[in-house]
Amino acid sequence: MIQIKNLHKSYPIGKDSLHVLKGIDLHIKEGEFVSIMGSSGSGKSTLLNIVGLLDGHDEGDYYLNGQLIENLDEKKAAILRNKFLGFVFQSFNLISYKTALENVALPLYYKGMNRKERLKIAMEYLDKVELKDWANHLPSELSGGQKQRVAIARALVTNPKVVLADEPTGALDSTTSDSVMDLLKGINNEGMTVFVITHEEEIAEQTDRIVRLKDGVIISDEVTLKKAKAV
Amino acid sequence: MKFLFDSDTWQEIYGSIRKNKGRTIITIIGVLWGIFLLVVLLGAARGMENGFNKLFGSFATNSVFVWTQSTDTPFKGFQKGRRFELTFNDIDVLKREYTDEIKLLAPRNQTNNLLIKDFKSGSFRVSGDYPVLDQIQKKNLMYGRFLNENDILSKAKVCVISEDIYKQLFDKDEKPIGQYIKINSINYKVIGVYKPSNSINFDGDCAYIPFTTFQKVYNTANKVDWMMITANEGVDIKQMEKDILLTLKILHRVHPEDKRAFGSVNLGVEIGKVTGFLTGMQFLTWFIGIATLIAGVFAIGNILLITVKERTKEIGIRRAIGATPKEIKQQIILESVFLTTIAGMLGIIFGGLVLFLIDHFLGQGPDATFVNPTVNIPIIMIAFATLVFLGTLIGLIPAHMATVVRPIEALREE
Repeated sequence: MIQIKNLHKSYPIGKDSLHVLKGIDLHIKEGEFVSIMGSSGSGKSTLLNIVGLLDGHDEGDYYLNGQLIENLDEKKAAILRNKFLGFVFQSFNLISYKTALENVALPLYYKGMNRKERLKIAMEYLDKVELKDWANHLPSELSGGQKQRVAIARALVTNPKVVLADEPTGALDSTTSDSVMDLLKGINNEGMTVFVITHEEEIAEQTDRIVRLKDGVIISDEVTLKKAKAV
Repeated sequence: MKFLFDSDTWQEIYGSIRKNKGRTIITIIGVLWGIFLLVVLLGAARGMENGFNKLFGSFATNSVFVWTQSTDTPFKGFQKGRRFELTFNDIDVLKREYTDEIKLLAPRNQTNNLLIKDFKSGSFRVSGDYPVLDQIQKKNLMYGRFLNENDILSKAKVCVISEDIYKQLFDKDEKPIGQYIKINSINYKVIGVYKPSNSINFDGDCAYIPFTTFQKVYNTANKVDWMMITANEGVDIKQMEKDILLTLKILHRVHPEDKRAFGSVNLGVEIGKVTGFLTGMQFLTWFIGIATLIAGVFAIGNILLITVKERTKEIGIRRAIGATPKEIKQQIILESVFLTTIAGMLGIIFGGLVLFLIDHFLGQGPDATFVNPTVNIPIIMIAFATLVFLGTLIGLIPAHMATVVRPIEALREE
């Protein structure tokens, strides 16, 4: 599903440039539940941005769903994002003046679906994250865990190939963190590829595979005990 | 263009406008003020112009007045300082020589006299005139009629007096027509009373008697005090004035370069000065109006730009979930156009309202400064179209800014 070969990325800082990713090789197959671990500055967010087509890379090859990603203009990137990727952010990133339902329906709007249909589908996904009763509430009226569940519903609503989650539990307490992780696990069990970035060991342990990043290189890539046991 | 008729597009715009009430209102006020000023200024300028036109209205504006003074150059054996008089001979020559140019010519003789009616009296101007005067300077008659050809031919002792003369010499509610008043010990029958126009008025309160009667009574023979000449349509009135004066100079053996011998006023030129002023004012109006309008549009652009900065994150989110740059741009431009349109319409409505009030309070009665202050609808339409066009153009800037930022940078904004 995601295949990365010798990926390099550097950011210009003044006259110098900061070499963030120094040759990443990573292959994520369909249906995997992968976490990227690393301290801040390890390059994990950069990796997610590149995988999520929010940022370009300098060197190396990136295949998404078998398609080589190169020379993407914003329009193509936007279409691919809409088609293949669902995002979950640490800070939820819901649009504050739209209700939970409208937030979930928004990706479908950009897909060109009519209002009636997309609200129907959005409601199904809200139901899936058990927030049907909160459909007409604004994000400000929801708790952190609820917001993140709305965000997950929004990520899923286009039926993407991969869900990318950037510190999905970073702003949540441990109980809500668990419920969000359970939700992600549930999605994964239904066959969705889920790609989580975290710096919390407990979160990473709940995934099937942990890729550890340090200073822009992968230092370990292992299947977790949970997964090993299951196998 | 399909997106224009998509209810979802409008739902999105409605959502973002409703969310940001404060900025929406400020933006609308910016443009509203611009077009409001344009409408009001143009309307007021038009009203003023109409007011001036009304002022000139009762008078033929392409008129030249000519009279004699004294020469300032010796010529053909005559000393300088010679006085001379216009005669009917001159008038015949002018009428013959300038048949194409001259439309109307009114020779006039005037004097001041005591007017007496029973025990009341007053000193007024007495003017010997031809009926043609009524065509050059329309007389607004309250009672009776103006002089006619019969009066001229029969040298009738009749007079047309002004409202003030009537008020001074007659008792209240007394019928003036058919009554007699005494001018210079001669009885004249009053045949008309006129209201002096409150626009241009050269005669003041004046009793008009037939020219021929004046000739006989005051023994002026062939002499003409002065004359009013109006030109036909399309005649260069300045040139006509020059030509006529030259002809008269030749007739009276006056040096062609003599500056003093003839006095003349060219009403066309004088009015041209006022009209020139009006044109200048209109230009100023346009300039101020358009400048204000542009300022308003820039205000919109500025506010949108700030909004875009404020909304960087939102735009980042939208792009992360699949909005293409084009869709983002469309939305921002449409927002801009929508706001300018609404503001423009409100501005036109308020402007119209103010013009209505101006008309209501300042535009009524004979002394009104503003007469019928209106704005041409096509002009407003053009201004409006320009406004919307500028709104689109100015919307492009924030729209471009919104899409130039990589979504990741937008999302990083906290």
